[in-house]
Amino acid sequence: MSCIDTRKEWMGLLARAPAGLLAELCAGLGSEPGFAWLRPPETGGVMLRGRMGGTGAPFNLGEMTVTRCALRLVDGGAVGHAHVQGRDRDKARRAALIDALMQTARAEECRDRVLVPLSTQMEQQRQARAARAAATRVEFFTMVRGED
Amino acid sequence: MYVAVKGGERAIKNAHAWLAEERRGDPSVADLSVAQIREQLALAVDRVMAEGSLYDPDLAALAIKQARGDLIEAIFLIRAYRTTLPRLGASRPVDTGVMACDRRISATFKDVPGGQVLGPTFDYTHRLLDFMLAAEGEVMPAPQAEPCDAPMPRITGFLDRDGLIGQEAPSDDPPPDLTREPLEFPADRALRLQALTRGDEGFVLGMAYSTQRGYGRNHPFVGELRVGMVAVEMEIPELGFAVEIGEVVLTECETVNQFTGSKTEPPQFTRGYGLAFGHSERKAISMALVDRALRWEELGEDNVGAPAQDAEFVLAHADNIQASGFLEHIKLPHYVDFQSELELVRRIRAEAAATSAVRAVAE
Repeated sequence: MSCIDTRKEWMGLLARAPAGLLAELCAGLGSEPGFAWLRPPETGGVMLRGRMGGTGAPFNLGEMTVTRCALRLVDGGAVGHAHVQGRDRDKARRAALIDALMQTARAEECRDRVLVPLSTQMEQQRQARAARAAATRVEFFTMVRGED
Repeated sequence: MYVAVKGGERAIKNAHAWLAEERRGDPSVADLSVAQIREQLALAVDRVMAEGSLYDPDLAALAIKQARGDLIEAIFLIRAYRTTLPRLGASRPVDTGVMACDRRISATFKDVPGGQVLGPTFDYTHRLLDFMLAAEGEVMPAPQAEPCDAPMPRITGFLDRDGLIGQEAPSDDPPPDLTREPLEFPADRALRLQALTRGDEGFVLGMAYSTQRGYGRNHPFVGELRVGMVAVEMEIPELGFAVEIGEVVLTECETVNQFTGSKTEPPQFTRGYGLAFGHSERKAISMALVDRALRWEELGEDNVGAPAQDAEFVLAHADNIQASGFLEHIKLPHYVDFQSELELVRRIRAEAAATSAVRAVAE
């Protein structure tokens, strides 16, 4: 299971989360807290970079759609940010809300009801692929060819 | 000269209405959903993302549906959409060394740490049509085994450690971007790789194949081919730190090619590199071969005049949207252009006829 102790970690988890699953888990927190947009959701492109030979100088690989937003909670004024893959504004809003709530007294609740189940389910999906890959690992054996 | 011609609006409107109907096909056959294309024509989606130069599987699937399966038309739609997106920034270079590999093979070393993992491959299939797919049947779940969390180090790393392969110079300089500045020559390797990764798969394949057949031969081995998911991280200025903003499936190919060396340096293998969006093996391998061919100058090789060594020839013709745009525009009305040529050829013929008539009289 991936770590979710730091802001960097939970923001990464939220960005990678499937939108449907995030919506489902956020519903478990009850009605959304009041907030004001600092930056309403905006979809744009982020240029992905690779490295020559995997380790050398960077080059531009192509863009990916990303939606970003920032908001401030009415209650307490915590600021939440989100930069999430894709064009789903609702997902960006939910990610920013969780990011904001994680800086409030509701952090524990968010962790238990959203981040931990998210992390667990995403890890299960990752393991399911890894298990299929492992089943296609080649086990070489040498044919003994006796001449006599 | 361009002259505006009015007319044809009704014909165009009706043509597009018919296009929509033809796109739908026989209405008694179920409509194809975007999700079905995304899930079941995944390699077409990957190709549209790679050459459309935009990673978004849902958009690529929609484009394929809209284009009636014409992938170059779908790529065109994605490229057009891409230009409407504000640029939010650039990612940190992805670390393919920690890829969650679905597939990882080496054609150079049998017993590589991390193992040879075939993944969901067409390799070793018999290429016989499977009529079972025509009858809608349930698919058996694939076998599973205990996942091995051992790292999969780069194959070239082992050669690198022993100094047997040319090193990649480490750098963090921001690379040039051909979507921002027009491609100019000579193009450095960063630009060449960007142009190749978004280049037409068929064109890049043809160029790569030409090197194998002897036009700038560079003796490639697939040192490593890996396919899998990598995290994308970006620096967020408001936060002052980098966060993961998503993850993408990439295909990476590292080739190990024949040697360079000199009086002062012992011979060592050289590298070609391919990296493409999605599961795009043919593309990544082709890209690596062409990358290697284009490196002739920096590796101190002779230019033998092979097409794949000519950066201007390769890069200026690799983009299928530029190519098809210029090619297909000639089917649009050129009435005035043609009229002028027609008049010209009639005048020349008339003059020639007059000249020969005069000569006949003189004789």
